[in-house]
This record gives sequence, C-alpha cells and structure tokens, in this order.
Amino acid sequence: MLRPYLFLHAAPLPFFTSCAPTVFGLLLLPVIEAIGRRSISAIEALGRFGHFLMDMVRGLRDVGIWARLVVVQMRRIGVDSLPVALFIAAFTGVVLALQASYTFTGAVPLYFVGTLVGKTMMLELGPVLTGLALAGRVGASMAAELGTMKVTEQVDALETLAYDPQSYLVVPRVLASTVMFPVIVAFAIAVGIVTGWLTSLALLDLSTSDFIKGLKLFYVFKDVWFGLLKSASFGLTIALVGCIVGLGTRGGAEGVGRSTTRTVVFSAILILVLDAFWAVILL
Amino acid sequence: MIEFQNLYKAFDGKNVLQGLSLKVRDGETVVVIGYSGTGKSVALKHIVGLLHPDAGDVIVDGQAVGTLERDALTRVRQGIGYVFQFAALFDSMTVSENLALGLRRRGLGDDEIEDRIREALALVDLSGTGDSMPAELSGGMRKRVGIARAIALRPRYILYDEPTTGLDPVTSAVIDRLMVRTREHLGVTGVVVTHDMRSAYTVGDRIAMLYEGRIRQVGSVAEIQETEDPVVRQFIEGRAE
Repeated sequence: MLRPYLFLHAAPLPFFTSCAPTVFGLLLLPVIEAIGRRSISAIEALGRFGHFLMDMVRGLRDVGIWARLVVVQMRRIGVDSLPVALFIAAFTGVVLALQASYTFTGAVPLYFVGTLVGKTMMLELGPVLTGLALAGRVGASMAAELGTMKVTEQVDALETLAYDPQSYLVVPRVLASTVMFPVIVAFAIAVGIVTGWLTSLALLDLSTSDFIKGLKLFYVFKDVWFGLLKSASFGLTIALVGCIVGLGTRGGAEGVGRSTTRTVVFSAILILVLDAFWAVILL
Repeated sequence: MIEFQNLYKAFDGKNVLQGLSLKVRDGETVVVIGYSGTGKSVALKHIVGLLHPDAGDVIVDGQAVGTLERDALTRVRQGIGYVFQFAALFDSMTVSENLALGLRRRGLGDDEIEDRIREALALVDLSGTGDSMPAELSGGMRKRVGIARAIALRPRYILYDEPTTGLDPVTSAVIDRLMVRTREHLGVTGVVVTHDMRSAYTVGDRIAMLYEGRIRQVGSVAEIQETEDPVVRQFIEGRAE
C-alpha cells in the first residue's frame, strides 16, 4: 500500500530537503496520519448520524407501534424528572434574587431584582440548568437502557419479531423528550421565579408589588417562547444522543458504561453550543 | 426453502464467511456445526437480515434477504422464529409480555394471543410462569421461554443459535427434546447452530460443518458419523489433534 510519507520524503521544498527526511517522517507524519484518521471517522460518524435520522423519520410511519409507547416515555421523562428540575430551579431562584440585590448595591432600584430573576430564569438558567441536569438523568438512562438491550441482543430480538427498533425504541423517546422538556422547563421557570420572589420578601425587604413591577418591566412574550423553544431543542438533542450512542454500544458492561458517559458529555457540550446558537439566531 | 448462495462476510478486515453455500429444504432440520468463531451465528443472522452480506445472499422463499426493502424484510421476518444464544428476553417485561410482543405485531386479538401464550408455554413445560420476570428464571428456563417466544408465532422457519450452550447435560437433553417436539408438532423447517455434537445427532436431519468460512461437508447424521474427512472427524470426536 502507498503511504503518504513516501511522497512527502520526496518533497522538493528546500526546508524538507535541508532536514533529514526521517525526522520529518518520524515526527510529523504520524500526526498528519492521526489527523487524517480522525477526519475520516468524523465524516463516517456524520454519515451514520444522517442515516440514523433518515431511519428515524421512516420509523415515524409506524404510528401504531410508537403512539402507545410515547405516553409511557412521557411519564418516565417528564413526570419522573420533575423533582430534580424543580429542586434545581428553586435554589437557582433564591441565589439569583440574592446576587441581584448584592450586585445592585443601592445604585439600581431594588425592584430590578424581579426583572433579573424573571429574565434570567426564562431566557437562560431555566432551560440550560434543567437541560444539563436532565442530560445526566434522561440521556444517561436512555444510553444505559438501549446499550444493555444492544449488547444482550434484545435489539436484534426486537427486529426478528418484525419490529423496527427505530419505531419501537427511538421515536417514542425522541418525541416524548422533545415534548416534555418545555413542560418541565416551564415548571422550573415558574418555581425559580416564585422562590426568587419569596427570597425577596423574606430577606431583601422587597414588597410583592415591587417584585411584580420589576418582573413586568422588560417582559416580552418572546422571553417565554424563546426559553421553551430552546428547551425543546435540548430535549430533542439529549434523546437523539442517548439513542444513537446507546444503540451503537459494543462490548458488554464496559461498553454500556462508556456509552453512558459519552452521552452525558456529548449532550452537555451540544446543549451549550445550541444555547449560543439560539442566542445568535433569535436575540 | 432457505438457501445460502456463495455468502461472504468480513468484520474489520477479518474474513468470516468465504463463499458459504447451503440449502435447507422445507420440513427438515439442518444443524450447522463448527469451531467457535467460524461464523455460524453470523450465517444465521443473515437469514433474518440482521447482518448484510458483503457478497452473495441468503434466499428465503425465493427472496434475496440482503436486497429487501424495510417492509418486505418485515414480511419475511414474520415467517421466522429466532432463538437467541442467551435467549435475549426483554428484561423489563414478564414472560407473557415477551411472548405477546411478536404476536401483537402480527395483528392477533387478545384472546388469540392468550391462547397462543398458554399453548407455547405448555409445549416448553413452563405453564404458570407467565407472570414471572426473566431475571427470576434459571438459564435453562430462559432458553425455553426463548423457544416458546419463537414457536408461539407459528413460524415456517425456526433458527436456533447455540440452544444448549452453557447448560448442564440434563437441561441440554430437555432442550433437544423440545426442538424435536417442535418440529414434530409444528412441522417447521429448522436451522440449528451448535458445537454440541450430542445435540446435533439428536435434532438434525442433516449436519453441515462450517470450516474456514465455507461448508466443509454436509450429509445425514449417519454420513457425518462415518465421515473420513480428517477435519470433520477431529471435530465430531472432539480430539485435540
């Protein structure tokens, strides 16, 4: 087989000819080869992702298979995740109110605490903190479950029973996650604002009317739909990553562990990238 | 009829199947024997389209499985029952739910599904275990549930992947008897992959030895027992050299 360094050894550039070709071959070419290998696997991964999406869209046709399972997944993803999301939101609201008051230090009217709590919860912390927390809870759980099914041949068994794993496993999870994330985030935003308000009442000597005045001050409806749209995209992303990584699991228990970790890491990165993307596009 | 036509398959550059050709006639049970890692299970997975061939194909009822589109492949799969090496039961479902899943896909009503489950569990001597979870069953029981899941579908073909591996001799004999009973009761065509020679002699109408990616010899049980091929002889006698 022809290797790239055979050509590079013969490169006519003065620099190359003045250096010993073996130094170049030994030091740089392995790096170039590694970059090449990584690039090829990245392109392959992109191709597999496209293929996976096409299969998933085809799986949407089997409404009879996934319709019933979506409800089960909505309960698992939505209802079961609610306590974690609300717990995080509650403490975020408390901290936001106190930090706002600390930052304003009398220079800004205190009712702006309501503005900051409301805007920050709706636009950023509600969706992103909930998304990151659920990447761990929902994404990891999907990857572990599907990964275990994959390595114990349960996915193959499903296929031999004439079920398409996309319709039976992927579509219900992706749909449920996309639909339920905005619902969870809506509750989280509400709880964050309520705890911010209670903190303002109890610790900042701010009246309810002043808090609400601040809350309404720069409010636009876009604040709400922006946060909910973002959270739907986070839900879609987490479920897709969990399903793709989970169904690509190889190698027994160790492979399942690896898939779970990868899902959490990829999901967290993608959430932050998407967060920036939506800010650039919509704000 | 199932026919392997010059099937080739490689994984990560390693050639596993290298021109496998074999015919399985309707109503017979063919046992595929061979060393571990020679591609017996790989061959079996090509029959239901779980793997795609690099070259050649498997023909099931006149249809080349490797070329079938999604819907056509689903129809072929509906005629085949597959018994996995480690049963591959859905661990979040009860035994009954495991059996019901494939039946529901075939559009059967609740009463019919219930009858089929009862009948299949009785055939594998596991009546009364319908509400158990797979984790509560022994290895042998799980294998029998795997067989029940396949026969409840009343398929034209049943594929067994190492049905007796990892079982004690008595449980292995029970599974062998079960496979024979299934063929006699339901008249299905079977392909059994195993390296358990006692099992092969009990359940097989014909035995085919897979060696270096292709069929080394195929023949009746008597022909294989009397073979003079040194590779087949060594394998069936279990000699180290």
